[in-house]
Formats: sequence, C-alpha cells, structure tokens
Amino acid sequence: MRIHFKTSYEHDIRLFPDWWSFFVYAILIAIAVVLPWLIDDFFIGEVTNVLIWAIAGLGLMMLTGQTGQASLGHAAFLALGCYSCIIFMEQGLPFLIAFPAAGVLTGVIGTIIAIPAIRLHGIYLAIATMAISILADDIIVLMEPITNGVSGKFAPVINIFGIEIERWTTPDRFYWLVLAVTIICTLIYRNILRSPLGRAFAAVRDSEVSATAMGIHISRTKAIAFGFSCAITGLAGALMGFYAGAFNNETFSIVISITLLMMIVIGGLGSIHGAFFGAVVVAFLPQFLSIAKETVIGGGVAIPGLETGVFGMILILFILFEPMGIYGRWMKIRIWFELFPFARKDMFKRQKSYLKTERLR
Amino acid sequence: MSNLLEINNATLKFGGVTAVNDLTFSVEEGEVYAIVGPNGAGKSTVFNLISRFYDPYAGSLTFDGNNLLDRDADSVADLGIARTFQNIELFDHATVLQNLLVGRHRHRNTNLLQEMLFTSKVRREEKKHREAVEEVIDFLDLQPYRDKMIAGLPYGVRKVVELGRALASGPRLLLLDEPASGLSVEETQDMRWWIDDIRKQMGITVLMVEHDMGLVSGVSDRVLALADGAKLAEGTPAQVQSDPAVIEAYLGAGAA
Repeated sequence: MRIHFKTSYEHDIRLFPDWWSFFVYAILIAIAVVLPWLIDDFFIGEVTNVLIWAIAGLGLMMLTGQTGQASLGHAAFLALGCYSCIIFMEQGLPFLIAFPAAGVLTGVIGTIIAIPAIRLHGIYLAIATMAISILADDIIVLMEPITNGVSGKFAPVINIFGIEIERWTTPDRFYWLVLAVTIICTLIYRNILRSPLGRAFAAVRDSEVSATAMGIHISRTKAIAFGFSCAITGLAGALMGFYAGAFNNETFSIVISITLLMMIVIGGLGSIHGAFFGAVVVAFLPQFLSIAKETVIGGGVAIPGLETGVFGMILILFILFEPMGIYGRWMKIRIWFELFPFARKDMFKRQKSYLKTERLR
Repeated sequence: MSNLLEINNATLKFGGVTAVNDLTFSVEEGEVYAIVGPNGAGKSTVFNLISRFYDPYAGSLTFDGNNLLDRDADSVADLGIARTFQNIELFDHATVLQNLLVGRHRHRNTNLLQEMLFTSKVRREEKKHREAVEEVIDFLDLQPYRDKMIAGLPYGVRKVVELGRALASGPRLLLLDEPASGLSVEETQDMRWWIDDIRKQMGITVLMVEHDMGLVSGVSDRVLALADGAKLAEGTPAQVQSDPAVIEAYLGAGAA
C-alpha cells in the first residue's frame, strides 16, 4: 500500500505523484519508442491506428468527459482536420506548418460552430452536433473544386527536414510521428487539467449554477472546451487521412462520430486513460472479431452487422455494470491490490446524489 | 459604518406571483444580517437577485457603489460576492481541494496558452491559490477530507465544503443560503462559531437566510423578516422575534 505523504504544494501540481509512477510511464514510453524493432510492420500499423484513435478520443474526452457536453459531430471535425492539412500541403506548405495549422483551423471553426450549439443541453446538443456530422458529408461533396468530392483525395508523402514519412513504405517512421503527437497532446491535456481552466471545465460539467456564482463564464468556457476538443480532433483527423492514404466524403461518416463517443464511454469518461483503453477496444475489436469468426465458423461467411452488434452489446454491458468504463474497472482492481486485504465489497457502491437546484434554469 | 449592499424597492414577479414585493434593505460593512421568514417568503429569491440569476422587475441593487444590474451573473463574483446554495451545489466529481480551488477562479490571471504549456507563471499562481485554499481548509478543519471526492461525503461535510468554496474566493460579502439546514445540533454550533469568526477575524460581511432562530439570534446583528416577498419587520433579533406581525405570519392571527 502506497501512501502519499504530501510535504509541498508541488506534490499536487507535478505530473507524476511519485517516482514510481514516473518510472512506470518512462518505461511505457521507452517500450513505445522501441516497439518497431519488437513487432512486425502489420502490428505497428495496428498500434498506430490505436494511437490515432486515442488522440481523437482525447479530443472528445475534453468536451464530453471533462466539460460534460456530448457531441455526435466529431467526425466532421476529423474530416475538417484531415482535408485542411492535406490541402495546405498541396498548396506547398511543409507538414510541420500544415499540421498544426490544420489543428488551429479546426479549433477555430469548431468554436464558431459551437457558439450557437452551446445554448443547448444534453440530448438537444447531441442532436444538434449530429446534424454537423451529417452536413459535413454533403459539404465535402458540394465543395468539389477543393475537396475532390466523392472521388476523394490521396494523402501526400510527409517530409520533415528531408525525412520522408509514408504509411506503407515507412510504417515505423509514421508510427513515431503519431507517437510524438500523442505524447504532446496528452501533455497539453494534462496541463489544462491541472490549471484553472481544467477546473472551470469540471465546474461547468457538475453545476453550471455554482460555476456562475464562482465567476466562471459558462458559454465562454464551453466554447473554449469545444475549440480545444476540435483542435485535437482535427490533428487526429489529419493523421487518420495519412493512415488511410485515400479518403473521401464517406470516410468520416456519422458512424465514426458514434464510434468515437462509444469509445470514450467504454474506456471511461473523464480520464486520459479512458481514451487510450477505449481506443484499444475500437481498433482491435474488428480484427479480433474477424479472427474469432474465422476460427468458429470458417472464413468466407459474411455476417452483416456483427461488428455493430457486438459493439452495441459491449456498450450496454458497460453502462449497466461499469459506468466508469475500463478505466473504472482498472482503478478498482488497482485499489483492491493496494489496500489488500482491506478492500471491501461495497467500497465502490455508487452513492445517491442529493437534490440539485433546478429552479434557476 | 457604510452600507456595503443596498437594495432599493426591488420587485420580482414570476407570472402572476409576486416573489419579491417592493423590498428595501441595506447591509452594513462588517455586520451579520439575517433574513428570516416562512417558506415561500422570497428569501432565496432575494439571494438569486443579488447573484443576478434573476432580473428584478423594478428597483435597484448596489454593492459598494457598483450597480449590480450592470453585471452578468458570472461577473458578480469579481466584486467580491460569494455565496452558498440551499440545496448544496458542489462539483460532485471533483475532490474537496479542487472544489475549493474553483472558488479561486476569480483570481485567475493566466491565459489559455500559458496554461496549455504550464509555464512557470501558472505554477507560481497555482501555489498561491493552493496556499489560500489551505488556509480555508485549516479554518474549517477540512484536512481529513482534502482529497476525498464530494460524491462520497456526508451532508454535513458538504455544507462546510460549500462554505469553504465561498470563503476561498476571498469575498467581501458572503451570502449563506440556510447554512444550518440539515445539520445536527453540534454541526450547527460549529457553523455558528465559524460565522462569528468569519466576521470578526476575516472581516467579511455576512448576509444569510436561516430558519434556525437559535443560530440567527446567536450570530446576527440585524434581522429582516419577510412574508410574501415584503418586509414585515427589521431590527435586532429580539425586536423581530417579539414583533406581533412576525408572530402572526408564523403562527397565524390571534396567536399574539
């Protein structure tokens, strides 16, 4: 059992609570860096996919998990990030400028779109953002001169200071690029969480009335959350474009939005770990299912809707039995070991929440 | 002593219901001012007017020379007005410490980019906030709960955390909406000492709504009795308690 004996304010502020957790994450990053020498190209591709989904998950987590605003429109922002990055590069901008610019552009447009949307709450916000997702498809087709419409676009080769990075010919370099973006995004996410803005997000999520009374501007805070969320999602979208190699209006459909939302719920709302756990499930489940199907009933038999069905089932099971997602389960197992043998069965029982002031809305 | 908060002829109507009716009162700097009255008298509505959650139908609200009606609900805190809620409005999925730190939000002076990169300025500010919050934790004896999630805390502790969050913002005027409701006798006694100390040691003016007459007469300098949104009586706790109009409002005609 580890006990944190706090002796300074620094203890609560720093990224890692103790040397042990610093050590664990250092090892994790070290393994991630040398991974291309340990596994073959196919699996590197799969791990890259997981990381890209994790970045997208971080984006949505900022909005849904941290600020409490559901969005079914994030596929549109993935598309926006992807198209803008590749169009910038086609205009001759180097990747190192085009990529962050795509993130910023997605963030700014996300904020502008958010301004009317944040007046809505709960299910209404989800439906409004769903409309964004559906519209994006048509807008891509309509803007054919720029987006190439239904015939789609091909991702160019990334060139960073003369080093060429391409998904198929140099999967390991592409993996390192994605890893670097993942680490940077995670760091920024953590920094926001431990600063006043992150607490303002949580305040807006838990009680808008008292957040207002504490001097937090609700709609501005929500707009910033939207902007951030969209910027990170835009970066993930650009990487998705490079990962897929080719994309058109159907690549970023409403299904991607729903998958993304399901992913963070399964992973565990409100935690960085959740985005990563969820990404592992989303990225590996199709592969796992096809392998399982082949061994059980043999290849060549198509079962329509199998993936969606299993996905839905997993989501229902999680909502019923583990609303905190995989991360919640992980924490429970960890705490059980940390407290051994003092863990009690009812320790994680959810408490009834007290009456909230609804009269002010 | 000067008037810190002045409310003149405030009227608020919800449809046909007049919640606050031509109400005038003022709170002096450094005093504890209590509002009492039967249920539905408009006590909490007065608080929500001051917090700018509601727009008054008529009348004016002035805090230390600033017209409150010029401000939005989220900029009232900047003037140094902090409040608690009748039905505890804490941030349930955060720890006690984080809740108190949200109270410091009005002192935030770092921008988005600095916070993204967590520059040394953010770190410095963060330590300052934590120092201020730690003083509040000390004052209210919240040490055992510092890192506990609100969702798992008993009602009495939540009440204290909410008081702490309001104190953490470093207010000049503290609005307490039924600070003792749902508290045990000992907890109410603690609350009484705290309110006393808040006024005497910290020099914060307190405006509170409370039903517990023991607490009201114990801590407040002046009491305002409300009924149906209008002023019934104002004065020292003893004066108000013996006022025939107040007794009638509580117990019905003929009781006096």
